[in-house]
Amino acid sequence: MHPILKLVAQRLALGLLLLWAVSLLIFFGVEALPGDAAQAMLGQSATPVALANLREQMGLNDPLVGRYLHWLGGFLTGDLGKAMTNGQDIAKSIGQRLGNTMFLAFWAAIISVPLAITLGLLAARYNGRWPDRLISGVTLATISLPEFVAGYLVLYVLAVKLHLFPSMAMIFPGMGVFERLHAIILPVIVLVMVVLAHMMRMTRAAILNVMQSAYIETAELKGLGPLAVIWRHAFPNAIAPVVNVVMLNLAYLVVGVVVVEVVFVYPGMGQFLVDHVTKRDLPVVQACGMIFAAVYIVLNILADVISILANPRLRHPK
Amino acid sequence: MLDIRNLRIEATSYPPGEAPRHVVLVDDVSVAVAKGRVLGLIGESGAGKSTIGLASMAYGRGGVRLTGGEVWFNGRDIRQADAGALRKMRGHEVTYVAQSAAAAFNPAWRLMDQVIETSLLHGLMTRAEAEARAVALFRKLGLPDPENIGRRYPHQVSGGQLQRVMTAMALCPKPDLVVFDEPTTALDVTTQIDVLAAIKEAIRDTGVAALYITHDLAVVAQIADDILVLRGGRQVEYGTTDAIINHPSQAYTQALVSVRSIDHVEKVSSEPVLTVQNVTARYRGTGFDVLKNVTVDVAAGQTLAIVGESGSGKSTLARVITGLLPATAGRISFAGRVLSPDLAARTKDDLREVQMIYQMADTAMNPRQTVGTIIGRPLEFYFGFRGAEKRAKVQALLEEIEMGRGFIDRYPAELSGGQKQRVCIARALAAKPKLIICDEVTSALDPLVADGILKLLLELQVRENVAYLFITHDLATVKAIADKIAVMYRGQVVRYGSKTDVLTPPFDDYTDLLLSSVPEMRLGWLEAVIGSRKMESAGN
Repeated sequence: MHPILKLVAQRLALGLLLLWAVSLLIFFGVEALPGDAAQAMLGQSATPVALANLREQMGLNDPLVGRYLHWLGGFLTGDLGKAMTNGQDIAKSIGQRLGNTMFLAFWAAIISVPLAITLGLLAARYNGRWPDRLISGVTLATISLPEFVAGYLVLYVLAVKLHLFPSMAMIFPGMGVFERLHAIILPVIVLVMVVLAHMMRMTRAAILNVMQSAYIETAELKGLGPLAVIWRHAFPNAIAPVVNVVMLNLAYLVVGVVVVEVVFVYPGMGQFLVDHVTKRDLPVVQACGMIFAAVYIVLNILADVISILANPRLRHPK
Repeated sequence: MLDIRNLRIEATSYPPGEAPRHVVLVDDVSVAVAKGRVLGLIGESGAGKSTIGLASMAYGRGGVRLTGGEVWFNGRDIRQADAGALRKMRGHEVTYVAQSAAAAFNPAWRLMDQVIETSLLHGLMTRAEAEARAVALFRKLGLPDPENIGRRYPHQVSGGQLQRVMTAMALCPKPDLVVFDEPTTALDVTTQIDVLAAIKEAIRDTGVAALYITHDLAVVAQIADDILVLRGGRQVEYGTTDAIINHPSQAYTQALVSVRSIDHVEKVSSEPVLTVQNVTARYRGTGFDVLKNVTVDVAAGQTLAIVGESGSGKSTLARVITGLLPATAGRISFAGRVLSPDLAARTKDDLREVQMIYQMADTAMNPRQTVGTIIGRPLEFYFGFRGAEKRAKVQALLEEIEMGRGFIDRYPAELSGGQKQRVCIARALAAKPKLIICDEVTSALDPLVADGILKLLLELQVRENVAYLFITHDLATVKAIADKIAVMYRGQVVRYGSKTDVLTPPFDDYTDLLLSSVPEMRLGWLEAVIGSRKMESAGN
């Protein structure tokens, strides 16, 4: 077998193992909390008889391992059970919310990743001169601003004062793509501001590191211009570290956007999770936890695989 | 074609803990290269030869600036040219071959794409024309499978081959001048000779002019028409190759020509202090033995030199003796007792009595420790000396390695290459060892400095009665220091005996190849030796 296939298969297997470990942690972690789902539903004033009945009805008296396997099996077949609070099918409500979150994350990523890498390349090109300092300064300022401050600031200027965009990023089924895009412009701006600096600085650092190599001097002595040297000779060798940071930020765009969603009243996963945590709706919390973990693991595997593929020594062994 | 007049080059250096300092790297150097001629630039490290080579492309590494004089190339002073004009010139009219082709090729691109890059960039040829020319050059330079080697990545070709590909890359855009910056220094001696011959032939056939930079006078004697000898950024002597080699007028040039002045007579063999018997070893996770059935011994107070090219197992043997790599078979006895193959199972005395000195003195010392701390550590660890007593012992050791007591509070960064290696020797001596393993300890040093280190090692051997296992690829060094020699090839000892026996014919094929590959300081040596070899070098 080609060594690359072996490496990739190893990474995939490792990811699955990790996901399984996370499922154990999430399930038994929630179980270990004081009280249980029945207690949470009926509240402090529930009578012992009512509690016992509900536990029986929800299957909470079954052995722990059996319930874990049932839960895991449901996950694998797409059946996430029903929410305790409103009895709705969890898979269905999460599906819609996850779609919204992915939509927002997708557009934030489409803008921020190329922008961050371009700015990183430019900063490396003008290392230590004013364009570098300007780019570094501005991106550092945007990342230093807490998300809610940035959110309200953008909201105040662009929506309230200038009336350019809607202040609430409401989207609902049946909206056209352009209406949706118009609705999410403000949260996208804020998300881009948050993730830009990290990726840009990593690109810059990785490029500057490669620029020390002897083959960069070779390229300069071939008469290549500075940008051609960076783009053709430095960047292909800086992909691995950059991809890892890009993937971390993409994961953040999916699982870490609670604050931004709340500020713009956007119906995504973050708000959904927060709602159900406050209501102690444990099955929903567990399902969200698993999905977030899966997103993280998948994106990190992807980063690993791209790093492996970007390495000519692994791609073309001796 | 190239005419350098009164060139002055300056840079700003940043010594640790001091204010930035202005240094003059090259001062008042004038030299000219005519069409089709080869000029050799020779000198020790820091002589400014690479700096001058790059200056002929109007390029300065880091903060290096051309601050005076003129560099006329193809009828214009390129010191006055703007960035755009320089880019047009570089890679087209003048090209560059770097010392380490392994580092100078971009690991992410196929060789062919890099070889033809400049020809396409400067719009000199179409892709098909450039590729055809590259293949023709690959063939001329004696590369195997010239049609397909361009499809490989740099890591898939050997060092000697990469150096030839780099030469092809420099010749591809039909330049007027090629700057060769130590193109064979990083190669094994047996590989160097073939690459040297290939470069010489390519230069002759294409009629290109060349600047050939090297620290090895014997190498430059084979290839250059004229030689410029440099020292400390100043011109020492400039003349035809014949004049410089056969009738040097300056004292410094005479010292360079007659370097290796040590005349070492081998000692009569005595009781062995170290016996290596039938040792076999392999690295974990690999399927082949890097050492096969090696048997040698080192007599007390004498020197065994291990000679061979890279990959022959010389350094692995050192790792096995020190216990860093446990042998899979065989026995190592030291001072009358059997050493455990595993480092962890050795006693403190076992560890103390075998010390090691490395090629890179730089990386063998902690840059944040003073010389006193570095040398004092074994004194404290093995003998428990502390405070004033330790300091006095360190100072005594510094005297012994011919450095002043004042060096005790210096940091490694404040020392020269030779001084650093001396400190490493003192650190090894501090443990009062019976055997010191010297792994290529002079390879990174300039010839005159290396000579000083060898003399010191010989003196210390007499005074301290310490044995050396001296690993090197340099036969001149071997002649200067060895009592016995073991020639290694592909993990095996192919020739072993006293120095005189090993260096006296009849030779086996490999030893013959090795001995005949060492550049000799006479004109026409290269052609003579290439014609009379029995065996191909493995590095090709």
